[in-house]
Amino acid sequence: MIETRNTILKICALALCCSSCGGIHNALNPTGPQAQNLSRLWWLFFIVCSVVFVIVMIALLLSLRNRTTEPPVALPPLVEPPREQERKRRNVVISSITITVIILFVFLIASYSAGRSMTAELAHKNGLNIELTGHQWWWEVRYNDVDASNIFTTANEIHVPVGVPVTFSLKAADVIHSFWVPNLAGKKDLIPGKINTIWLQADKPGVYRGQCAEYCGFQHARMALWIVAEPQEQFNAWRQNQTQTSVTPASDSQKRGQQVFLTSTCVMCHAINGTPAGSNIGPNLTHVGSRNMIAAATLVNTRDHLAQWIKDSQQFKPGNRMPQNNLSDADLQSLVDYLQSLK
Amino acid sequence: MSHEEAQKAQKAVRIEIDRDELEATMRREKEELERTWARPTGLLGWFTDTDHKAIAKRYIVTAFIFFIFGGIEAALMRIQLMRPDNHFLSPDKYNQIFTVHGTTMMFLFAVPIMTALGIYLVPLMVGARDVAFPRVNLFGYFVYLIGGILLYTSFILNTGPDAGWFAYVPLSGPAFSPGKRVDVWAQMITFTEISALAGAIVVIGTAFKMRAPGMTLNRIPLFVWAQVVTSFMIIFAMPSVMLASGFLASDRLIDTHFFNPAEGGDAILYQHLFWFFGHPEVYIIFIPALGFISPIIVAFSRRKIFGYVAMVLSLISTAFIGFGLWVHHMFATPIPQMGQSLFTAASMIIAIPSGVQIFCWIATLWGSKLNIKTPLLFVLGFFAIFILGGLTGVMLASVPLDLQIHDTFFVVAHLHYVLIGGSVFPLFGGFYYWFPKWTGRMLSEWAGRLNFWLMFIGFNLVFFPMHKLGLNGMPRRVYTYLPETGWGTLNLVASIGAFILATGVLVFIINVIWARYAGAVAGDNPWGADSLEWATTSPPPNYNFHNLPVVQGRYPIWQATADAPVVRGLSTTKRETLVTSVMDAQPELRFEIPGPSIWPVLVSLSAAVMFIAGIFTPWAILIGAILAGIALTCWFFGDPNYENKTARETGERSEPAMPAPELRPKEV
Repeated sequence: MIETRNTILKICALALCCSSCGGIHNALNPTGPQAQNLSRLWWLFFIVCSVVFVIVMIALLLSLRNRTTEPPVALPPLVEPPREQERKRRNVVISSITITVIILFVFLIASYSAGRSMTAELAHKNGLNIELTGHQWWWEVRYNDVDASNIFTTANEIHVPVGVPVTFSLKAADVIHSFWVPNLAGKKDLIPGKINTIWLQADKPGVYRGQCAEYCGFQHARMALWIVAEPQEQFNAWRQNQTQTSVTPASDSQKRGQQVFLTSTCVMCHAINGTPAGSNIGPNLTHVGSRNMIAAATLVNTRDHLAQWIKDSQQFKPGNRMPQNNLSDADLQSLVDYLQSLK
Repeated sequence: MSHEEAQKAQKAVRIEIDRDELEATMRREKEELERTWARPTGLLGWFTDTDHKAIAKRYIVTAFIFFIFGGIEAALMRIQLMRPDNHFLSPDKYNQIFTVHGTTMMFLFAVPIMTALGIYLVPLMVGARDVAFPRVNLFGYFVYLIGGILLYTSFILNTGPDAGWFAYVPLSGPAFSPGKRVDVWAQMITFTEISALAGAIVVIGTAFKMRAPGMTLNRIPLFVWAQVVTSFMIIFAMPSVMLASGFLASDRLIDTHFFNPAEGGDAILYQHLFWFFGHPEVYIIFIPALGFISPIIVAFSRRKIFGYVAMVLSLISTAFIGFGLWVHHMFATPIPQMGQSLFTAASMIIAIPSGVQIFCWIATLWGSKLNIKTPLLFVLGFFAIFILGGLTGVMLASVPLDLQIHDTFFVVAHLHYVLIGGSVFPLFGGFYYWFPKWTGRMLSEWAGRLNFWLMFIGFNLVFFPMHKLGLNGMPRRVYTYLPETGWGTLNLVASIGAFILATGVLVFIINVIWARYAGAVAGDNPWGADSLEWATTSPPPNYNFHNLPVVQGRYPIWQATADAPVVRGLSTTKRETLVTSVMDAQPELRFEIPGPSIWPVLVSLSAAVMFIAGIFTPWAILIGAILAGIALTCWFFGDPNYENKTARETGERSEPAMPAPELRPKEV
């Protein structure tokens, strides 16, 4: 109970920090080297473009200062303007174009070198390798490792160690999605039949929100994810826990919940390692109790939400692939007990 | 007394003598022209009328109705996004609405209305009696109309497409979009492609071969240049989207696997094909609008355009570069950095011709005595909005920056700044500028100003906050968002702006309806402008000009001398016009333009059978092809006589072509 309350407090704090101007979902609040590069580039473009805009607007306004109320018909047209005047204007126009070209060259070089610094190091950045697969409408996260016993699969919540470059291999199971965590890096598409790669690094511990950025159908709006950046030791502990199979149900209610899970429709799509449930159509639930959010970062993982979600997920995410479940209240409560115990 | 003076005196005497007879001749000729160019009436007449002005007006009205539909869809979306977790629209409705909004605005509003202004004004500006292929023109309109009706019928029946206006595979493929929704989209694209191609051919034919004598290549009005450049872009861009939508349709209907990675197809191929069309499409919408701006600025600043040659070259180079930057829509796909950089460079280079034009316009305005009326006001609004949109375009051209702002509300802001700022504002300026020519009446100046300010303020309120929303992480095409994201306030501002913008459009509609019946009578040339469309009555007669003019400079009306010659010798009892050479507009032959015909509409109906029934059964393609074949055969059969030999063959060259200085309509 206390733990639940803690989670809720944590979420509230996050929500606040999300809506404040810094924000955990904001391209201008960079917390990693990738996003920092991008934000520097952004400010260069922003300032130069603003200056250009202001200058052109002033020129435009100055060109309008000679006003008349006479109808245009009454003014004689000027087909042969004085040569000297035209020559002066030509010089001004040509110099403006020259300046434009120079600015564009600066932009081009700045943009190229920023891009290089972001992709060139890709080959050397292999602190951690995560395979991210986009599904309609959730994220499958698989932590790769040379040691097969360290490989595990989770969903929608990606824990990463602070200060370590993480390489993502991006795949898609159905349609094109796009992985984007603005505080950490730019986006990359997840494309069926292709593998795309991106690396990112979080320099500060915290939670960063991301959301699918390529329209992927019905619930594109509710396909978010969290990146939880934590110190190395904490990450190692989390990882250690995730590689374990699920906990054995302790209480009677939890035991009954497990039976409900294994004998109802749940088992047709979800896996819980350590039980006969092994389907991989929906998110892996082996450690679902340890996640902060459910439904692709749509709902806070509380008891109520979980129960409502299982009963009728369509009210939160209409069109999602999970059917309604007509469980009796007692069954539902036991199931929630069981799922919450899967830390 | 020199020889010349003597000649002049003699000429004056001759005119004095001929005047009565001349007047009678003129009257007779006008009556004959009136009869020859009479438009068919009644219901059947509506389907057979080939008058370019009538077709253009229909295009404009139809496209504007689609614009209103698209606007209503936009308003619905803004209501839905007004606050987080809103339940005004279901995700299914929202997805259909944003897809139909984009499709409508791009394919059913922007492209056709730009073509429409060209179809109306190009023949008048180059001094021709009609367009080059009036029946193709009519065919184009009906194909477009049927395509639009198809989309909206399916939308009203709740089977509107829902995969976005660029319908990426695999989402739009058979596996993830079952049903007929995307098929409707793909076939609607086919309709508009054909219609746009028909319009492009008509414009190029008219501008290259039917110019008044004297209108050499370097005297063509910038409006016409813009239309020609756009038409060439249509001819090169449309085949690409035809492949994309054709492959998509065949993947869906007859189980080909062009885009199915599981069977060796490629999902990215679709994006390349689509954007190879899709990016030039933006310029297809934008370049005609540049053509509206130049004549308005010239007319109001009362001087020649600064840097005519630079302007023309800018238009042409925009068109060329426009084909080299489609990949900047795909920077998030796995394409190597070096390859992407090429497209970054191209995307930035295209800012140069746009810059050249903007600097030249400012140089034209500079120091001129200006009476800022509504048309010019809209052009000034264009400057403010489009330049901002252009600068965010430079940001999107940079690969790394694009990776942050691609597919977010920043892009939504950018594209509306360039398309509404770059096209819709000049278009409204154009409406105010040419409305007198189309109807003979002026739009209200007072309402025009109100219209402008409501649209300008409303527009900026809607779209400026979206830049910030995008940077704050709001992706495009989301039907709702969580309250915790903090996107609520800016979205509310945008929604309020949308209603101000809509009020502006409403003022325009009222203004048009009012002016149609009660507006001040305009006269032939209310703005004192320079180009040939103002040399005839408002609205122009069915045959456009009594005598086709002879052009003496880049600004035909301003540079016309008192004894400006006109073209004589065209038949008044046949629908004849003058065909001239491409480069120097030297008269080549008299050509009889085809008149009203029922076949274009029947061909378009057979095409409709082919494409619409083709959604349900492949046999429809066969049946439609046979029907179209029959209709086309008939179309080519009963044509007017093409007995007109070229002038060169019959030795008549000098007779019809030679301007006859003694017959000056102005003196009559």
